[in-house]
Amino acid sequence: MFQQVPLVEMDGMKLIQTKAILNYIAEKYNLHAKDPKERVMINMYSEGLTDLMEMIMILPFTPDPKPKLDNIQSKAKERYLPVYEKALTGPVYLVGGKLSLADVLLLECTLMLEEKFPDILKDFPNIKSFQGRMTQIPAISRFLQPGSKRKPPPDEKYLKNVVEVLKLKLPL
Amino acid sequence: MGERVVLHYFNGRGKMESIRWLLTVAEVEFDEKFLDTREEYLKLVNDGKLMFQQVPLVEIDGMKLVQTKAILNYLAEKYNMHGKDLKDRVMINMYSEGLIDLMEMIMVLPFNPDPTAKLKEIEKKAKERYFPVFEKALTGPVYLVGGKLSLADVLLVECTLMLEEKFVGILKEFSAVKSFQGRMIQIPAINRFLQPGSKRKPPPGENYAKTVIEVFQIKI
Repeated sequence: MFQQVPLVEMDGMKLIQTKAILNYIAEKYNLHAKDPKERVMINMYSEGLTDLMEMIMILPFTPDPKPKLDNIQSKAKERYLPVYEKALTGPVYLVGGKLSLADVLLLECTLMLEEKFPDILKDFPNIKSFQGRMTQIPAISRFLQPGSKRKPPPDEKYLKNVVEVLKLKLPL
Repeated sequence: MGERVVLHYFNGRGKMESIRWLLTVAEVEFDEKFLDTREEYLKLVNDGKLMFQQVPLVEIDGMKLVQTKAILNYLAEKYNMHGKDLKDRVMINMYSEGLIDLMEMIMVLPFNPDPTAKLKEIEKKAKERYFPVFEKALTGPVYLVGGKLSLADVLLVECTLMLEEKFVGILKEFSAVKSFQGRMIQIPAINRFLQPGSKRKPPPGENYAKTVIEVFQIKI
């Protein structure tokens, strides 16, 4: 629609804009909430997580990632993770006592953070336990095995590919 | 109807302006608390009112909502400006996300030391990537989705007016969008919002950028 990817073809539609797609899928497969107050909680948590993951996502396109990495680690530990640590003190899932989009993104995010900062969850035991519970869900467990559709962290080849296809001028 | 809606943000457009638009079209009254100093911002943080230490913050229905898109979606659903079903909703969301992307390019200009090149890029993207989509969607239909006024329509009006401030004749080749704009600004609430003295904020000036940089201690 706007000459951009991701593009997801489903239900006879061509969906673009990551968040629009995520919301559609979450609602369709019962991973969102019916109640508006729960919906807005899920959306707030999700937006925060996608903000944080986006910081990591653009690292390959940064000429000097080291200061950015420091910034990401400190934002994760001071701004984002404390929110989820608190939300998971007691509850098993982030919102409404059931698995939602927000939980999925939190899992993805924490695994991604640990790839860069192995013991980042040291001071966040609730999130660590949450991660443990989530990775036992069969579909997730399978996804984390080699050979699944999960993609690896970005490498040089990925960077080259994107830059070439979109004709990007670096630095962004 | 309960407590007032309170917006916490700078005295300027930024990410809050779309929220102001939506509340205005929904004819919902709101109060504003402007962030003028770093101290005020830190007070909000220390009072635990900002989930991710960020504004916009909208206090509504006993909640403290942050994250512009989460807020817009909550308000759109509450005031019946979102889609009637899942398929309409995803169309509204796709259009809205695109419009917010475009408006964000303009929003960050005051923080850019050399905006001229960026301005050219924005004009090009608007005319080649974004407006053709809305021109097509409004060829026939009166509103973007589902035959009724939605969040997407509100954002499109906001966006076209914002772009015309920078590029005066930009809608010249987009007659369906121009007609749409004409229809929308006749809606009484929007008409009032466009008069002087309303809560609509002016385009950002020097002062605005200075305040934001100071409050957040941004390094440019």
